[in-house]
Amino acid sequence: MSQKVLLNEKEVNIILHRLACQLIEKHNDFSNTVLIGLQPRGVYLADRIAKILREDYKVENIQLGYLDITFFRDDFRRGEKPLEANKTKINFLVEDKNIVFIDDVLYTGRSIRAALTAIQSFGRPNEIELLTLIDRRFSRHLPIQPNYRGRQVDVINNEKVRVNWKEKDSEDSVYLIER
Amino acid sequence: MSELSVNHLLGIKYLNEKDIQLIFETADHFKEVINRPIKKVPSLRDITIANLFFENSTRTKLSFELAEKRLSADVLNFSSAQSSVKKGETLIDTVNNILSMKVDMVVMRHPNPGAGVFLSKHVNASIVNAGDGAHEHPTQALLDSYSIRERLGDVAGKKVVIVGDILHSRVALSNIFALQLQGAEVMVCGPKTLIPRYIHELGVKVETDLRKALNWCDVANMLRVQNERMDISYFPSTREYTQQFGVNKELLNSLDKEIIIMHPGPINRGVEITSDVADSKQAIILDQVQNGVAVRMAVIYLLASKIKQ
Repeated sequence: MSQKVLLNEKEVNIILHRLACQLIEKHNDFSNTVLIGLQPRGVYLADRIAKILREDYKVENIQLGYLDITFFRDDFRRGEKPLEANKTKINFLVEDKNIVFIDDVLYTGRSIRAALTAIQSFGRPNEIELLTLIDRRFSRHLPIQPNYRGRQVDVINNEKVRVNWKEKDSEDSVYLIER
Repeated sequence: MSELSVNHLLGIKYLNEKDIQLIFETADHFKEVINRPIKKVPSLRDITIANLFFENSTRTKLSFELAEKRLSADVLNFSSAQSSVKKGETLIDTVNNILSMKVDMVVMRHPNPGAGVFLSKHVNASIVNAGDGAHEHPTQALLDSYSIRERLGDVAGKKVVIVGDILHSRVALSNIFALQLQGAEVMVCGPKTLIPRYIHELGVKVETDLRKALNWCDVANMLRVQNERMDISYFPSTREYTQQFGVNKELLNSLDKEIIIMHPGPINRGVEITSDVADSKQAIILDQVQNGVAVRMAVIYLLASKIKQ
C-alpha cells in the first residue's frame, strides 16, 4: 500500500479560506442559510468552515447541523460490512432555508443522493448546494456536481482519497492511497 | 457498528451484553428519527414482515406495526381469531403458507412457551418473539432497560424490583435476564403463590414485603395481575392484593428516596398502582411506550441487515 500527499496543511488551510469566501459571496450574512455537515467525515470540514466564517470573517448567526444518511443509503444488505449509523443533530427548521451540504470527498454521488432524500424529513428547503473539499472527477454514478470544490483530482477506482483532520487524525492533510 | 450475534430474537437469554448495547445505540438513532417532522426512513423497502398474533395484543402489535412502517417495510397482519388455525391448520403449515408469499421476517406472539424457538428451527425466515406464553417477551425487556438507561444514565449497578405476578409473567423473566446481563441487581416481590419456587436460582432476591422492596430499589416495575392466566385462586381477593402489593402516592412519598415507577401495560388502575402514581412524574410508563417503537425499529433493522439478498 503506497500513499502520496495530495494536499498538505498549508494548502488545506488556503483552500478552506477560499471556500469560506465563496460562501460569503453567495450567502452574505447567512440569515437564511444553514450549513449541514454529512456524517461521518463531512462534519470535521463543516466545523472548520463554520469556525473560519465566525472567527476570521466575523459572520454571526452561522447555523450548523449534522446529518446522518445511514438509513437512507441504497446499499443496505448489499455490502459485506454492516452499515454504521451516526448522530443527526439539526436543531433548527430547514423549511424555506438555503442549505449547504458539506462533505470531504465527492466520489460516486450516492451519499449526496441519500442526503437529498434524508433532509426532506426535516422540511422543504428553498435550495440545496454542495461543498466538497475533494472532487473525484470521472467517477460519478449519478448526475451530481459540487457548487463549491476545494480541489478536483483524477483518481482511479482502486485508489482511495483520505482526508485527515487535526481534531481526529493529528494533522490536516489529504492523501492518495493505493490499495 | 458490529452485528447481532443472533439471526432471530427469540429471547433475551440468547443475547449477549454487546447485542443489547448495539440495539440501544441503534435505538438512539431511531429515537431521533421518530421525532422528526417526517418520521420514516427507507431502509427496509425490500423487506416484508408478517405479524402473527395467536394471542390478543394491543400495544405490542401496534408498536411493532408502527416500527415496521417507519422503516418502510411491507407489513402483513394476521390474528388467529380470523384464520385457518381455527380449522385445524398446524403452526408450521400456517407460517410456511405465509412465507411462500415471499415474507422475510415473522413477528409472532403465541400462547405456548417456546413457539418462537420451534418455528425458527422449521421455517426459513427471521423470527422475532413478541411474547410466547409465560416464557419470554424480549422486546418488552429491552424497552424497559432502554427506558431505565434513558432516565438514570446506565442500567449497570441499579437496583430493580419487579412486583406482582412473577409466576405467569414473560415480562418478568425477560427483564430478569436483560437486567442481569447489564449488571443490575434484581429483586422480585409479590404474593408467595405468584413467585416461582426456584426463582432464587436465577440469582434474584425474593421479598414479600412491598415497603422493604421499594426502600431497597431505584426502579420498581409493576406487573399487571393476569387474571386470564390464573386457573386457580392465587390470592384471596383483588382488594387484599391491592392492600399488600399495590403502590399508592402515600406509600411512595413515605420512602427514603424518589424511585422510578414502570409498568408494561395495560394498567389495572387502582389495583397494582393508583391513578395518581400512574400519572405522576416518577412514572415513565408513556416513555416506555415511545421507546418501544424505537427499540423495535432497532431490533428489526439489525435482524433485517442479516437477511441475505
